[in-house]
Amino acid sequence: MAIHCNPLLHQFILQLADNALVLGHRISEWCGHGPVLEQDIALANIALDHIGQARMYYQLAASFEDGATEDSYPYQRDVRGFRNLLLLEMENKDFGYTLTRSFFYDQFHYLLLEAIIQSDHKALKEIASQAIKEVRYHCRYSSDWMKRLGDGTEESHQRVQKAVDAFYMYTGEFFMPSAADEYMAAEFNINIESIKEKWLENIQAVLQESTLAMPQDTWFQKGGKTGVHTEKLGFLLAELQYIQRAYPNMNW
Amino acid sequence: MNAMTNHRDIYQVLETVLDPEVPVLSVVDLGIVRKVRLDRGTWQVDICPTYSGCPALDVIALDIKVALDQAGFENSQVNYVLDEPWTTDWISESGRKKLKEYGIAPPVGSPDKLAVNPDDRTVPCPICDSTDTVMVSAFGSTACKSLFKCNSCLEPFDYFKCH
Repeated sequence: MAIHCNPLLHQFILQLADNALVLGHRISEWCGHGPVLEQDIALANIALDHIGQARMYYQLAASFEDGATEDSYPYQRDVRGFRNLLLLEMENKDFGYTLTRSFFYDQFHYLLLEAIIQSDHKALKEIASQAIKEVRYHCRYSSDWMKRLGDGTEESHQRVQKAVDAFYMYTGEFFMPSAADEYMAAEFNINIESIKEKWLENIQAVLQESTLAMPQDTWFQKGGKTGVHTEKLGFLLAELQYIQRAYPNMNW
Repeated sequence: MNAMTNHRDIYQVLETVLDPEVPVLSVVDLGIVRKVRLDRGTWQVDICPTYSGCPALDVIALDIKVALDQAGFENSQVNYVLDEPWTTDWISESGRKKLKEYGIAPPVGSPDKLAVNPDDRTVPCPICDSTDTVMVSAFGSTACKSLFKCNSCLEPFDYFKCH
C-alpha cells in the first residue's frame, strides 16, 4: 500500500513503535506473576506506558499509509516485518533478567527521546515529549532495582550479574544505525550515535553503585532493525497475534 | 444561536463528565480539555491524554460525547491532541481540593522537567495532614498515582504524582 512520507521515516517510526510494543508485551507477561503485589502493579503500569506509546507511534505510521490503521502493524506483519531491537524480545527469565533488560534499554530510551525532542520532526517531538515523562519513572525504577539486586544478597548479586553479562551483547545494536536511523540523522537531526557515550557513562555509574562489573568489550549481536530476529520474537507474536490470525478483523 | 452562550453551556456539561478512575474529578478539573470550538456546525472538543497508556481516555471521550448528546449538542466530535503534553499543573484548584477530600494526596509542587529522576517530595497525608509519610511504590493503582503510607495515622493512601 502506498506510503505518503519518506519510506525511511516510516521505518523509523515503526522502529520506535515496535520497540515499545515488544518490550511492553514482554513486561506485561509478569502481570499476575510479580514477586510481590507492589512490583506486579509497577510492572503492569510500565507495560501499559510502553503499549500506550506504541499506539501513538502506530497511529502516526498509519496516518502516512493508505488503508492502514494502528492495528495493521502489530497484528498483520510477520516476524521479518518487525524492527524492534533484539534485546527487547529476550525472555523475562527471572526478575534480574527482566530488570537488566529494562535498565539497559530505559537509559537508551531516555536519551533517544531527548534527541527526538530536540529534533526537527514535529509529530515525533509531540509523542516524545509525552513519553519522556513516563520514561523518567522507568529509568528510576530499573536503576533502583539494579542497585538493590546488585548490592543485595550474594544470590541476587550473582543472578543480576549473570543477566548483565548475558544481555550486554545486545546493546551494541542500539547505536548501529539502520538506513532509517541514518536518514533521520541527516534530515531531522536525530543522531543515535551521538548518545552512545552518555549512555555508557550512565550505565557505568549505576553498575558501579550496584557493585556490579561492567562487561568487557564484546562482539555485539545485531539484526532487529533489519527484521532479522531471534526465534523468541516468533513465539511472542504467536501469542500476541493469535486472535487476529484466527479471526481476521474481529472486534471486541 | 449564540455561540458564546453555547460555549459556556458546553463547559457546564463537561463539568459533569468525571474521570472514571478518579470519579470526583471532572475532565475540566483534570485539565485535559484543551479547546472547545464550533467548526461548520459541529462542536469540536479537543482533549489530551494524561499518560500514553491511560485506558480511561477512550471511555472519557465516549462519556463526553454522550453527555453532549444528552444536553442537546448532537453535533459534536471529540479529538485527541498531543500538541503540548499534559501536566498536573493543569489540575484546577477545586480539583486539588476534591482529590484531597476523596483521600488522594494532590500533586505537590510542579514537575521538574530537567530531572532524569523525579525527585522525592514530602507528601502530606490526605487524611491526618501529617508530613511523616513514606512512599511504598512509585507505581500505584493507576498510572497517575503512587502508593504511600502515613507513619502517623498508619493509613495507606494514593498520591497523584507530579507529571
